[in-house]
Amino acid sequence: MSATATEPAGPRAAGAPRRSLASRIVNRAGGGAVQIVLVLIALLWLVPVVGLFLASLRSGADNAGSGWWTVLTKPTELTVQAYGDMLSDSTMVDSFVNTVLITVPATVLVVVVAALAAYAFAWMEFPGRDWLFLVVVGLLVVPVQVGLIPVATMYGKVGLYGTIPGVVLFHVAYGLPFAIFLLRNYFAGIPRDLLEAARMDGGTEWTIFRRVIFPLGGPAIASLAIFQFLWVWNDLLIALIFADSGSQPITMAIQQQTRQFGSNIDVIAPGSFLSMIVPLVVFFAFQRHFVQGVLAGSVK
Amino acid sequence: MAERPELTETGTAGPAGAGAAETGSGPSAERGRAGAGRWLPSGFLAPALVLLGLLVAYPILFTIWRSLFDAGGDTFVGLDNYVAMFTDSQTFTALKNNLIWVLVAPALVTSLGLIFAVLTERVRWATAFRLVVFMPMAISMVAAGVIFTLVYDRAPERGLLNAVVVGVHDVFADPSPFPGARPRDTGPLATRAGAYETRQQARPGQTVTLPLVAITPQRQRELAPARSAQARPGALTGTVWADFTPGAQAKANQIDPTEKGLGGITVEAVSGGRVAATATTAADGTFTFTGLADGAYTVRLPAGNFAQPYNGVNWLGPSLVTPAIIASYVWMWAGFAMVLIGAGLAAIPRDALEAARVDGATEWQVFRRVTMPLLAPVLMVVMVTLVINVLKIFDLIYIIAPGSSQEEANVLALQMYLRSFVGERGDQGLGSAIAVVLLLLVLPAMMFNIRRFRREQG
Repeated sequence: MSATATEPAGPRAAGAPRRSLASRIVNRAGGGAVQIVLVLIALLWLVPVVGLFLASLRSGADNAGSGWWTVLTKPTELTVQAYGDMLSDSTMVDSFVNTVLITVPATVLVVVVAALAAYAFAWMEFPGRDWLFLVVVGLLVVPVQVGLIPVATMYGKVGLYGTIPGVVLFHVAYGLPFAIFLLRNYFAGIPRDLLEAARMDGGTEWTIFRRVIFPLGGPAIASLAIFQFLWVWNDLLIALIFADSGSQPITMAIQQQTRQFGSNIDVIAPGSFLSMIVPLVVFFAFQRHFVQGVLAGSVK
Repeated sequence: MAERPELTETGTAGPAGAGAAETGSGPSAERGRAGAGRWLPSGFLAPALVLLGLLVAYPILFTIWRSLFDAGGDTFVGLDNYVAMFTDSQTFTALKNNLIWVLVAPALVTSLGLIFAVLTERVRWATAFRLVVFMPMAISMVAAGVIFTLVYDRAPERGLLNAVVVGVHDVFADPSPFPGARPRDTGPLATRAGAYETRQQARPGQTVTLPLVAITPQRQRELAPARSAQARPGALTGTVWADFTPGAQAKANQIDPTEKGLGGITVEAVSGGRVAATATTAADGTFTFTGLADGAYTVRLPAGNFAQPYNGVNWLGPSLVTPAIIASYVWMWAGFAMVLIGAGLAAIPRDALEAARVDGATEWQVFRRVTMPLLAPVLMVVMVTLVINVLKIFDLIYIIAPGSSQEEANVLALQMYLRSFVGERGDQGLGSAIAVVLLLLVLPAMMFNIRRFRREQG
């Protein structure tokens, strides 16, 4: 629908009571005020991020003495020194690599494992199917906090404590109930004809899954993958429990830095930006799926 | 979902829309499906069920069981750990803060989201605005926490918010001329309630000396030389100056040639506890009271001359830390509410709105009587989702709250982590009890969401 407030000549002006010039001016002024308010709000949302970015482009000494906004009048302060230091110090780079090593498998595994189960729940006949599905969906309510102590104990016994596979498995397990729920509902909407046709052609369940379900489930799988990717990429709590200094992701590395004594914004600011780059790229590249993924996943 | 909310308003194809898919005409040999069919579903389900069973289902039972034992895990204590949530002051604070979070944050986020969604409805660059406000959803709470530690920094020269607050404050209140300046311990001036006053009283016609120290060398360089006030009949005169010459053999309480006058200071002549006259020092530090009635006066320099500059608000101090962190949460999640509510608004049938307008309803009436009731289910979903999210809030608080006020900012998820995994006094019994309580708190909200989701998916 078009902006009725600024287009009084539209169809609705004919039906509505006739408007005086004064009320049109008030309307326009109101529209202008709304625009100004929105610009201010947008600035309010942007300035903190810009602040961190500019802080990451200043030296530690400059940051200790004055605020990031000083660079607006003294652009000579800008330096990539902090980024250089960060890249030459292995802690942040290693933890960035760890984040990738945790996030990619945790996302792929959730998608594959959940898609298999969702297909069985949607299109296979077996006794107790609906009951089992209900139990799986019921596990959605379990907050990760419930799993921390028992799984930490378990990992200690089998040697998964402090390892990347340990972190990945925990993420996968707690991502599954929602993933299965989302995908089963989506798969159930795929027309039966397509599956029957594949069966007629002699396809096994496995071929049907690979050739029909997986491609047709694309949009749901994309939303799920993006959501799960972000959830794992941005996690701190699970990493704090199950990772150690060798397997820590970047969120944990940043957190450790904030606990250090004294100001080390020259480490924290570029590190935070490094951690934000990938989610922001995903955000801008896959906007539509991103929004759907975040909204779909937000029921967790 | 019934409608698929997006930043832009393009349609999406459903599963059937994907259309021309391969229908599995690959090299698939005829296999004995009848035999394998029985066990096939378990093959598809096994990976998920094993993971869920081991890492999600079994831990529920373990955690409930564990919550009935003491810190060591050997002694059965019944419900003592649950009682401790109310008696252990740290945990109780966390519980109270969680309550504040649940009551305040979802309502704030939803109202802001509603306002943003309504405001952007008629603006051409709505997509750009929504993009900006939604963006914080992409980044981690750790990064958002770092961003807001910069915003909330105590020092006005570093913290954005305090820089703004101090700037605004100083527009309305003049900063004091010489913050921190004070008299020597021995000398003509004594300190009383922050103000400095002469130990000996003076009469009109006399001259007083008011030496002060603790003025930074940089500041002194900007000042004019001090001058001894001339005695004048019928007037009380004097000099306020910086009584310190670096390195030189200057005498205390005497105006030496290199010493500087302190201009702009308010001076009061006090008699019998009442201010009889007020003067302001000239650039050379001299002042004159004329027209005083004869008598003995105490000369006083009020505390306002030396007040420390206004330093802004201690946002992350014990009293404000929770509201401050809630504000950062609002910053992160308002976009989420805005997009969901925006989709709800777009789904409202235009006819209903037009009909009300034709009937002569004002825009406000249309909004209250037509839009809001139709929007209520969406608002409910947003609120419930936020409640679930807020109950489990952890990272933002752990990152933003400084160690000194972490206890005042504490919430259940953080307390569960601290109590179970950090420090010497680990108590996984209490930690388990907190986890169980979190599960119980999340349960009703989650049931609501699942029921709604099932309905929408049909």
